[in-house]
Amino acid sequence: MTPHLYRFFPALEKLEIEVPTGSVAEVVQAIDNIAPGFCDYVLDERGALRRHVLIGVNDTVVFDRKTLSDQVADGGTVYIFQSLTGG
Amino acid sequence: MSDIILLGTRKGTVIVDRQNSAWQPRPILHAGIPVCYAACDPRDGTLWASLDHGHWGPKLSRSRDGGATWEDLAALKYPQGARHIVQYLPTPDFDPQTPAGQPEYRDATLLKIWNIAFGAAGQPGRLYAGTIPGGLFVSDDGGDSWALNRPLWNHESRGGDLFSGDATSETRWGGTPASVDYGVFEPGIHSIVVDPRDPDHIHVAVSSAGVLETTDGGRSWTGRNRGMLNDYLPNPNADWGHDPHFIAGCPAQPDHLWQQNHCGVFYSEDGAQSWNKVSAPERGVHFGFPVAVDKQDGHTAWVFPAQADMARMAIDGGLCVARTQDGGQSWQTFRTGLPQEHAYDLVLRHGMDIAGDCLCFGTTTGNVYLSEDRGETWHCLGHNFPPVYSVRFG
Repeated sequence: MTPHLYRFFPALEKLEIEVPTGSVAEVVQAIDNIAPGFCDYVLDERGALRRHVLIGVNDTVVFDRKTLSDQVADGGTVYIFQSLTGG
Repeated sequence: MSDIILLGTRKGTVIVDRQNSAWQPRPILHAGIPVCYAACDPRDGTLWASLDHGHWGPKLSRSRDGGATWEDLAALKYPQGARHIVQYLPTPDFDPQTPAGQPEYRDATLLKIWNIAFGAAGQPGRLYAGTIPGGLFVSDDGGDSWALNRPLWNHESRGGDLFSGDATSETRWGGTPASVDYGVFEPGIHSIVVDPRDPDHIHVAVSSAGVLETTDGGRSWTGRNRGMLNDYLPNPNADWGHDPHFIAGCPAQPDHLWQQNHCGVFYSEDGAQSWNKVSAPERGVHFGFPVAVDKQDGHTAWVFPAQADMARMAIDGGLCVARTQDGGQSWQTFRTGLPQEHAYDLVLRHGMDIAGDCLCFGTTTGNVYLSEDRGETWHCLGHNFPPVYSVRFG
């Protein structure tokens, strides 16, 4: 995941997190279980992906940004990116 | 006399301390994170910063040890079922037919915590937060938990109770350009004034709707825009659609309220039952964002005049502060100590504050100026701060 999130969740730094297969929403929730509050940074209060955040499963960008229903297969890798621009 | 100034800036929170009569800024806090508002709770000294994360959503940050350590709070959220009628930004490709039919609804999500206000001395833990897209939140436990004020959210001027169903009235609240950065065009609450005589008596100001008042602790709200003049509407006396940039009250004379509006400076002596335009365009006093009111004398206020509308910068390349001591009948402008050439600064709505005889303002150019003689002479506290969003004495 983007290292910028380590500022708020230092416990996640350099951690390789393995969670059960499921939807991307379930994966994000599993990270929240390790780092409480994580969901509030990546998702809004409706559970939608925040506007300048992007999640990929392997090399595919998540399609359902509203409920994160895309599935992560066994052995899949989830990537969390943020846009960077401006000054 | 205050010994601390909090700056909310584009790159973090800056605390400036008075030490042996000199003001010294500390290293920046929340480094790299936009802080749209920072203030000190006068009841217990807790410091608050509103983090306007570009990526991670708005968060409050709280320090109970004078700024040494901070904890970020994510508890302020719109509840399930909170909806609003979508506003349309009138861009050139705007189709006026589209919204003319059934209103379009959107689930509310928190976009910006624009303002933080504190309850009365007898209400420990009571806090208020004004937000985009137009919700007022209340906490009674020092910010650990928050509740949306539903009577204001469900106000008939905004379409009625959308928790229960579809709109029962038209929304009269317009969007604020300040929301466009978030990809929407929605209203925002930027001013909250609690009456020191009666904590159930509160005024809020909404861009772009106007001023609303509650006298029953937020159970009901009434629009208070009589006397307002709105240059940019076909009907300048419309009940709604006004764009107060900021309102402030006099603690010792709470019926004296001041409003720096998009369309001029307005003053009320009767608790916003009526407003009077007190601009002095010939002295530059008309357009601007902040207004500061004397803590004892409700007739005395300060504004930072700016060039309207599309320019939004200092007038004629020089900075000045204007003061009235007679309820806006006359204004004096003060320039001593302020740059008078090649200065293009603007002071945003929360960018000026008063404490006793001290006034301070911070600009979009990163300059911060202080006066210790009621605005008559000024000296610079620093030229190279990030763009300043808010200035508040602690």
